[in-house]
Amino acid sequence: MKILALDSSGLVASVAVVEDETLLAEYTVDYKKTHSQTLLPMLDEVARMIELDLESVDAIAVAGGPGSFTGLRIGSATAKGLGLALDKPLIHVPTVDALAYNLYGVQQLICPIMDARRSQVYTGIYRFEGDTFVTVKAQRPVALDELAGELNALGEPVVFLGDGVPVYREKIRELLAVPYRFAPAHVNRQRAAAVAALGVQYAAQGRYETAAEHAPDYLRLSQAERERAARQGGDGGEA
Amino acid sequence: MAEKDVRILAIESSCDETAAAVVRNGREVLSNVISSQIELHKLYGGVVPEIASRKHIEKINQVIEEALLVAGVTLDDLDAVAVTYGPGLVGALLVGVAEAKAISYAKGLPLVGVHHIEGHISANYIENKELEPPFICLVVSGGHTHLVRVADYGVYEILGRTRDDAAGEAFDKVARAIGLGYPGGPKIDRLSREGNAEAIPFPKAKIADAPYDFSFSGLKSAVLNYLNGCQMKGIEVNRADVAASFQKAVCDVLVEHAMLAVKESGLDCLAIAGGVASNGTLRASMEQACAKNGIRFFRPSPILCTDNAAMIGAAGYYEFKKGVRSGLDLNAVPNLKLGER
Repeated sequence: MKILALDSSGLVASVAVVEDETLLAEYTVDYKKTHSQTLLPMLDEVARMIELDLESVDAIAVAGGPGSFTGLRIGSATAKGLGLALDKPLIHVPTVDALAYNLYGVQQLICPIMDARRSQVYTGIYRFEGDTFVTVKAQRPVALDELAGELNALGEPVVFLGDGVPVYREKIRELLAVPYRFAPAHVNRQRAAAVAALGVQYAAQGRYETAAEHAPDYLRLSQAERERAARQGGDGGEA
Repeated sequence: MAEKDVRILAIESSCDETAAAVVRNGREVLSNVISSQIELHKLYGGVVPEIASRKHIEKINQVIEEALLVAGVTLDDLDAVAVTYGPGLVGALLVGVAEAKAISYAKGLPLVGVHHIEGHISANYIENKELEPPFICLVVSGGHTHLVRVADYGVYEILGRTRDDAAGEAFDKVARAIGLGYPGGPKIDRLSREGNAEAIPFPKAKIADAPYDFSFSGLKSAVLNYLNGCQMKGIEVNRADVAASFQKAVCDVLVEHAMLAVKESGLDCLAIAGGVASNGTLRASMEQACAKNGIRFFRPSPILCTDNAAMIGAAGYYEFKKGVRSGLDLNAVPNLKLGER
């Protein structure tokens, strides 16, 4: 099983190729150039380095959201174009799940936080029970205060990671009543290798989608839709 | 020996239409698939960029697959992929650009980034096999009002442009003011058939020292002032008369400037392009003026005036023939200027 994985959901652009239990290549960049300019040249570089025959790829895994709306679409459109051209299925891996999977095997709760603006983070709470990756709280947008309350109620040590950490470090210090740590640089941002590794598992479970039906899962309505819902007396809240 | 056919898959997603087409040798449309989002954006009184981008990504593969199916080709039969990379809404453009790049990369096909307005101009090549540069082209749409000298394929000289609102934008704003809703162009066109175009003398803006430039914000204000004045005096507004008089004021200026540009250029040929080029009054009055002045007049069918990918395939073909190739780092350029690369 050979999986090509893409993650352009945040500031990081990342491309990886995993074959069964081997990471053949990974290219991860956290730099200010736009993903539109970097993602495909990165894939090209990776493919050349490992003499990848694109036809030999079994599926294309993509970090499917949440994240930057535009970043997600660049990743998704790239995956959809590859899937269409190569006639390969896609695998939609939730962004926050893949982030958490970077910390395979840790004993503490794993809590990725991505800066979601509007005073919220995209987050979820995960743990490993032996080899099993368990979702304690599924990914969603939430205010940090609320997340801190949930973690305090769980009463267990936590490891934080994600681009929300530099934004909310002080707030975490202020609000957390349980022991916590921050993950180090090599595993604290999106990495396509984690998307690919989860992708291999999803593939084993048959969790594919077609390139045509794939679309990002933003976990948020657009501003116009929120405002319209509010005008019509709806809650205008999250999708 | 005849030259080998060039088949191009073209993709367009710069605003609110997700479109794909297969075009042979720049002028023969094998398929032209358009998925319009207009009904969705009507709820908001105009195009909402984030919603447009979301719809593009939901539809783009189906649209491309249908374009290939209708054309009876597979990606292996193609010679290049052309895609609109500007101007337009950046998030919307990026969907088409990322998709086109991935397809071109995976199939080893040359990629050609195309300017959206060059696409509109090139729409004229599709149904008018005899049309060749040089000619004058008036590009009028919701986002653009340009008077252009097409010196050669892909070589453009901008003679005049709008100083403020695009012509189509003025249509949308006036339509909203008289309660017609979005999109304004077709609605004003329809209503004005019941009105008297001479009923209200709206101003026709001229710009000193720039005979080819346009200004429509003064006209729009004049319409709003007229409506306010009627309301204050308690006079009932005849919306059809307002629509017809406004539309005439716009068309008169467009025709006048276009005629002047053709005469001054020494050419004998005028084309129109863009969404507003499907306006019935503009087509009729331009045709009349051209006939009177002995000018050959070209305009695309309405389906090729609105945003579509066939026109991108036409423009992309001439770029492809010139050896223009885009890299895997092609980015969307929301304010791309005409003639810029």
